[in-house]
Amino acid sequence: MSDKLGIDERLYANETRPAKESHLSIADAEKCLGCAGKQCTVVCPSGTYTWSDEGQRIVISFENCLECGSCRAVCPFGVITWRYPMGGAGICYRYG
Amino acid sequence: MSDFDAIVVGAGPAGVSAAITMVNGGLSVALLERGPYPGAKNLMGGVLYTDILETILPDFRGLGAPLERHVAEKRWSILSPDTSTTVGFRSAKWDEVPNNHSYTVLRARFDKWYAAQAEKLGVELICGVVVDELLADDMGRVIGVRTRVAEGEDPTQGELHAPVVVLSEGANALLAEKEGLRTPLETRDMALSVKEVIKFDEEKILDRFGLEGDQGVAWEFLGDATKGLPGAGFIYTNRDTLSVGVVAYLDELDEAGLSPVELLNRFKDHPAVRPLLRGGELVEYGAHMIPETGFDRKPQVMKDGLLVVGDAAGLVSTSPKHEGSNFAMASGVMAGETVLEARAKGDYTTIGLSGYSRRLGESFVHAKMEQFRDWPKFLRDNPHMLASWPSALAAAGEAMLKVDNGIGGADGIGGAKAPDLESQLLDIFNRKIGLLPFAMTAIQLRGALRAFGWGKTDKVVEYIARNW
Repeated sequence: MSDKLGIDERLYANETRPAKESHLSIADAEKCLGCAGKQCTVVCPSGTYTWSDEGQRIVISFENCLECGSCRAVCPFGVITWRYPMGGAGICYRYG
Repeated sequence: MSDFDAIVVGAGPAGVSAAITMVNGGLSVALLERGPYPGAKNLMGGVLYTDILETILPDFRGLGAPLERHVAEKRWSILSPDTSTTVGFRSAKWDEVPNNHSYTVLRARFDKWYAAQAEKLGVELICGVVVDELLADDMGRVIGVRTRVAEGEDPTQGELHAPVVVLSEGANALLAEKEGLRTPLETRDMALSVKEVIKFDEEKILDRFGLEGDQGVAWEFLGDATKGLPGAGFIYTNRDTLSVGVVAYLDELDEAGLSPVELLNRFKDHPAVRPLLRGGELVEYGAHMIPETGFDRKPQVMKDGLLVVGDAAGLVSTSPKHEGSNFAMASGVMAGETVLEARAKGDYTTIGLSGYSRRLGESFVHAKMEQFRDWPKFLRDNPHMLASWPSALAAAGEAMLKVDNGIGGADGIGGAKAPDLESQLLDIFNRKIGLLPFAMTAIQLRGALRAFGWGKTDKVVEYIARNW
């Protein structure tokens, strides 16, 4: 079982209320080119960040986000702009 | 013009406790929550210690608090890749109310209920509202909040005003950071928990964990549970679900190049854990950070017109006891009491609000944080505690419990000799731990034992020295 598949299966169990726009962005994508660890792609528990070899950039699947905030802390360049999704939108724990 | 006497940002345990304290003191209170309902964004292991809740709502059980099970037993297991060594403690006393003030809860349910109690007492709960910014007057005093809600449904008109704001925004603490009360999050300070809720028949949970009625178990797993990283795996029994997860520090995950999901998969697949989870249905997957800034790097908790409580204020015990939600409730009460005091004086500056830091400083919250201040450092300085010690324990267990009478040798049954256990154990100790590293850790452990509250380790050592 690949990790990625594992994440998708898990997220499928969750209730998420869709937001119109991303609450996450990368302020300076140039920094990602020189980022050796690409920690956001490893540490994010919901696979929100993936590196696109083709596009040479981080792709953000914001609808996966569990709003834990880890990416903001692990980004070595501090370029992840993080704000809370629109009121009422995003992950919606039924158990918690 | 003020819309309310006080605004609380975030309807978790800290915010609700502050709101109840203030509304009981006669204030009009707005309680803002960014989720569609309180608890929608909240997650913990978890066990709720209800000692503080009981002072806020003495009849919380009668009021239908959604407690899953009382903790009738605590278990700890040390895992190596293919072994587990477990100790447990159970007391029949814990089956009687107040149940050692320990209950498993699911926060989406609990927080929703808790905020509803505040509403019943007169707190104005407004959900679906994000606070992006605090409003300040030209003196820099906080006088309200700027809000963001989905288009066309803004009951707050973008701004709400009050002479004092209680900030209970949780672990991410974006506003506290913006206000300069804390430095940006550091990976060494933040633990990440990933957790699954897995559904079972209630009977299956009772049978599998040796429980009856409302009994529950809180079970923690060390060592290989987190691949030897500081942190733990956990299983908590709820009514008809299990909470299963792992906790590790962000910097350690980063250094090890480990994804939290990989760590969780590993833990769930451990031979001692897998049978406990067999046959359940995953009903939720979540993640949350735990602010473990600890006692020595506490953020600031106030400025003019503003008090910070709960996770946003880093009020978490960095100890093996994992206290946080009860600290949050206590800080909420202390902030609420301080606001009432400030209102009586008509002074919401840091002078008028100084009672908060005084209360916090004199309370069990800071006392416990101080007591355990060295514990995370101890674990970091002694990585073999969670890595090589479990493997030594595994080898020792295997050696001691192995059925080996030396049968099968050339001398037949009569001439069989069991291997010498003592020399085997010594060999395991020397190979896996070593006397010098053990001695160094033991010396440091004295400090850590102090952290456990056994403050008289000097006397213990003296006693042993005299009587050995």
